[in-house]
Amino acid sequence: MLKARLRYVARRIVQAIPILLAIIVINFLLLKLAPGDAVDVLAGEAGSATPEYMAELRTKFGLDQPLPVQLASYVGRVAVGDFGYSFRHDMQVSELILARLGPTLLLMGATITIAVGLGVLLGLLAATGLNTWRDSIISILALVSYATPLFWVGLMLIVVFSINLGWFPSSGMETIAAFNTGWDRVVDVAHHLVLPAVTLSLFYLALYTRLMRASMLEQSGMDYVTTARAKGLRERRIVFRHVLRNALLPVVTMAGVQVSSLIGGSVIVETVFGWPGLGQLAFESLFARDLNLLLGIFLLSAVLVLVVNLLVDIIYTLLDPRIELA
Amino acid sequence: MSGPILDIRGLSISLPGGADRAHAVSRLDLELHPGEITCVVGESGSGKSLTARAVMGLLPPQVHATEGTIMFEGRDLLALPPEERRLLRGDRMAMIFQEPMTALNPLMTVGRQIEEVLLVHTDLDAVARRDRILALLDEVQLPDPRRVVSAFPHELSGGQRQRAMIAMSLILDPKILVADEPTTALDVTTQAQILRLIRQLQDRHQAGVMFITHDFGVVAEIADHIAVMQHGLLVESGPAAQILGDPQAEYTRSLIAAVPSLTPRAARAGGGRRMLEVSGLGKIYRSGGGLFSKPAETHAARDVSFSLARGETLGIVGESGSGKTTVARCLVRLLKPDSGRIDLDGIDIAGLGKRALRPHRRRVQMVFQDPFASLNPRRRVREILAEGPITQGKPPEEAHARSAELLELVGLEARVADRFPHEFSGGQRQRIGLARALALEPEVLVADEPVSALDVSVQAQVLELMDDIRVRLGLSVVFITHDLRVAAQVCDRIAVMQRGLIVEQGLTADVFADPQHPYTRELFASIPGRDWTPPETARAAVAR
Amino acid sequence: MTDVAPSPAAARRGGSAFWRRFARNRAAVVGLAILGVVVLVAALAPFLYPQDPFTIAGRPLTPPLQGGFLLGSDTLGRDIASGMAHGARTSLMIGLVATAVAVVVGAVMGGVAGFYGGWVDDALMRLTEVFQTIPSFIFAILLVAILSPSILNVIIAIAVVSWPPLARLVRGEFISLRNREFVQANVLMGMSDWRIILVQILPNCLSPIIVAGSLLVATAILIESALAFLGLGDPNVMSWGFQVGAGRSVLRRAWWICTFPGLAIMLTVLAINLVGEGMNDALNPRLRERSA
Repeated sequence: MLKARLRYVARRIVQAIPILLAIIVINFLLLKLAPGDAVDVLAGEAGSATPEYMAELRTKFGLDQPLPVQLASYVGRVAVGDFGYSFRHDMQVSELILARLGPTLLLMGATITIAVGLGVLLGLLAATGLNTWRDSIISILALVSYATPLFWVGLMLIVVFSINLGWFPSSGMETIAAFNTGWDRVVDVAHHLVLPAVTLSLFYLALYTRLMRASMLEQSGMDYVTTARAKGLRERRIVFRHVLRNALLPVVTMAGVQVSSLIGGSVIVETVFGWPGLGQLAFESLFARDLNLLLGIFLLSAVLVLVVNLLVDIIYTLLDPRIELA
Repeated sequence: MSGPILDIRGLSISLPGGADRAHAVSRLDLELHPGEITCVVGESGSGKSLTARAVMGLLPPQVHATEGTIMFEGRDLLALPPEERRLLRGDRMAMIFQEPMTALNPLMTVGRQIEEVLLVHTDLDAVARRDRILALLDEVQLPDPRRVVSAFPHELSGGQRQRAMIAMSLILDPKILVADEPTTALDVTTQAQILRLIRQLQDRHQAGVMFITHDFGVVAEIADHIAVMQHGLLVESGPAAQILGDPQAEYTRSLIAAVPSLTPRAARAGGGRRMLEVSGLGKIYRSGGGLFSKPAETHAARDVSFSLARGETLGIVGESGSGKTTVARCLVRLLKPDSGRIDLDGIDIAGLGKRALRPHRRRVQMVFQDPFASLNPRRRVREILAEGPITQGKPPEEAHARSAELLELVGLEARVADRFPHEFSGGQRQRIGLARALALEPEVLVADEPVSALDVSVQAQVLELMDDIRVRLGLSVVFITHDLRVAAQVCDRIAVMQRGLIVEQGLTADVFADPQHPYTRELFASIPGRDWTPPETARAAVAR
Repeated sequence: MTDVAPSPAAARRGGSAFWRRFARNRAAVVGLAILGVVVLVAALAPFLYPQDPFTIAGRPLTPPLQGGFLLGSDTLGRDIASGMAHGARTSLMIGLVATAVAVVVGAVMGGVAGFYGGWVDDALMRLTEVFQTIPSFIFAILLVAILSPSILNVIIAIAVVSWPPLARLVRGEFISLRNREFVQANVLMGMSDWRIILVQILPNCLSPIIVAGSLLVATAILIESALAFLGLGDPNVMSWGFQVGAGRSVLRRAWWICTFPGLAIMLTVLAINLVGEGMNDALNPRLRERSA
């Protein structure tokens, strides 16, 4: 069984390779689509450069080669983790990105936990209390949250909880001057994490709540539920042993699908809350016109999506015996 | 005989507002006796299934039993509080359903699902529970009960799943077993096994069985008592021998008369021109496979050969997975065969490409199974009938004028041409589907289970119509069916298919009288109610 | 004998039946009313606020209902209400056009993939998968940043990231309809592929496309506002997201600058979602089949 599962994982990884390649190609095309090339940027940084010197640089970087050759060398470089150089930061792009990966993963992890966990719970509560006030309140809240732009939620939360109530800090990941260590630092980071994570999770919380509710209702009408009733099971047991697990499947699938949009959302939330992750870095590089860095972040976040999707697939095989591992 | 184990008196079941009638069931009286099987027979919409649900206390929301009593062990079930009814379910009364795939939870092992009954109703410990389950799985003749216990529903075949369902329902020796069309979704040979099993177990456990069905063959096979329902009313009830042999009500007689007889009709004088000559036809389905694994291959059709004369009807008979539908789809070239010839009056259409095929499309047309899926819901009948000829190059006015004639040919009024398909009944839709095929003036008609989605009374009318048209237009027909009764009435010759092979073919009368292949013999032995000959009185009653 | 056709009442359909089913969902009617107000404001914006919404109309940071400002003024003294009226035009226009493009692209991709199956399906679905894997908002940011922020490029960026779910939906519908018997009958008539696709199959999957499309408008408006918030909107066009972004730095002093345009986004998106759900109820194919 374990062996079959490992083989399944291996196969999914292999299947992800062409997708990754396609994304790298898109990345390359975007790079080419942008006005000016690396040499223009370099020349701009240096202030002035003669056309001869620029031509020499182009030869040196291979920019005078035909596009397919450039693409091949680009793919080769990316494959070994070389995303190019950020002139703004005077650092390798890969180093910059890796330094910012942690905070983003922390934010995403907290968000997914809140959104999926609470979403499933609220959806369950709404579905089991169908057409009662409990269902109505949950459904209305979900509907409103689903329609609210992330950046605005963030700003409003800052107004209420930071400016007016002073409960949570409005920006950053930790108190800079405090130099906390150990447990204090964990608490401090968690304190800073509350508002960004709540902001980012609100939309997805609404999504999973609605999905879970709909899924529960759909599954409740299935034949196997009638069978369970015909066996004399209590309604509680039917809900928790039979309906719940079946209803979770589409939610798990959706959780995987939504990861890519979650990363997009983190750009906004990190910008609003000054959270020092990839999203904020992307925002900075956007205005610094640091295309190498922006594309590097783009590529890495796509890889992140692929990895999370793989994890979701593995979780799915644990939940649904009908998935063929062979 | 002891008193009834279940006594239904004056039961009425109301439907929610907006339904086509106020009551699904009105003032129904019905008894169930221990050790007997009572068949509740009716066509769709008769209220038979809701009656079964009412007994179990499993009516859908908004559907309520409004009147009457259901007495069981001295108590009126309808007056019991929900909690007490729940305790009866699975313990004193149990139910099995039509579709064993959807009736089982796909994410839970079969053993666990059976075990739940014991968990709820008994104090047995884990070892005792397991022993009991294994014993019962053995009793329902499941091979390798240990494997079945830890199997998920999708890992079992349809017949095995239904056996597991039966095991689940009988594990606590219920006094009442309600079976709602338990064999309708199964192949005929599996159906025969399951019917036999229900009979045996019911004998051994002395349960009173309420068996819901629409199939008089099945009724003849297992019923001790019969109740016939129509539009929510009890038409008549009585001992099986009486209802089957001497039905009193007009409706019962017409239902019985509509059951096709197993005595094959005489083959018409053949020897017409060969219209279709199929030789060595093969089709392989490949599924799955990828970079590392070879795709799985299924031989849906292997070396299939037959011929069809002008004006002749050839039946292709088989169970699901036999390849009969694959053959049909190759004949009309919805599928491209992998090997073999399909000689259509001198031209081999088996290998023709899309373009080369187009002029020949018209000559072989198809009548489909599902009256709801076979007509485009967004097109008017007029358009449905005219678009074929127009595609083939006929002037639109001519094509539209012709559709009126076609409607009359299939027994519909010409004025219905402006309606949409959803305004018609299943039988009427099948007629329109037939008219659409005829609009192209085909030489060969391939009919893929054209009546198996219809109620039995409608079935007879459509079959009669098809036969009439075949004679009038001199059509050659390939008739695909799983129903040997239908085949006996319609086909001049039949070919029996199993796992992609034609195992036997010949004149219908010959094959029925003296089947050669063991599989054909098994198939015939499985026909429900094969020993029952519908009474002449019923036939005479509806001789129209 | 039991083979009766549905009663004429059940058979009647068309506009009035659609509205009756739509109106049964009260939230959808409320949504339609809100949406009506937004559309009205957008249509009347040139008459209500004839001046360019970027012009300075008074003292900066004037609170609502003071100095002649209904909803206050921003950091430069621009009228927030005027900006919101003109922003409504931007949001609705971008939402509708981007959705239209995404629907056409998605329907073509999904339709062709679903109809032909085989390697065509494989190739198109792989492509769709790639676009679904790419973090869509970052992709939109990149496209706008590289192509330069303008209305057209914002529309392109939103359409490019929005079509994949629609392609999947249409593909699913096409696969199920492709194997429907009436389509097989059309094949047997010798009907051409494009005619089957356009005349026979497409009309049967319009309902889910319309419902999905209406929800896509809401998403498009959200993406547009987020782009504008980050400063990636067309600098010459007023938009709600831009207004919120512009008020961010003075959040402590002037809450109203961010609050009102944000509320407008929320209400509009909410209204569209409600209308979309109402349409789903009214067009729900499953309900319809059951009554047929």
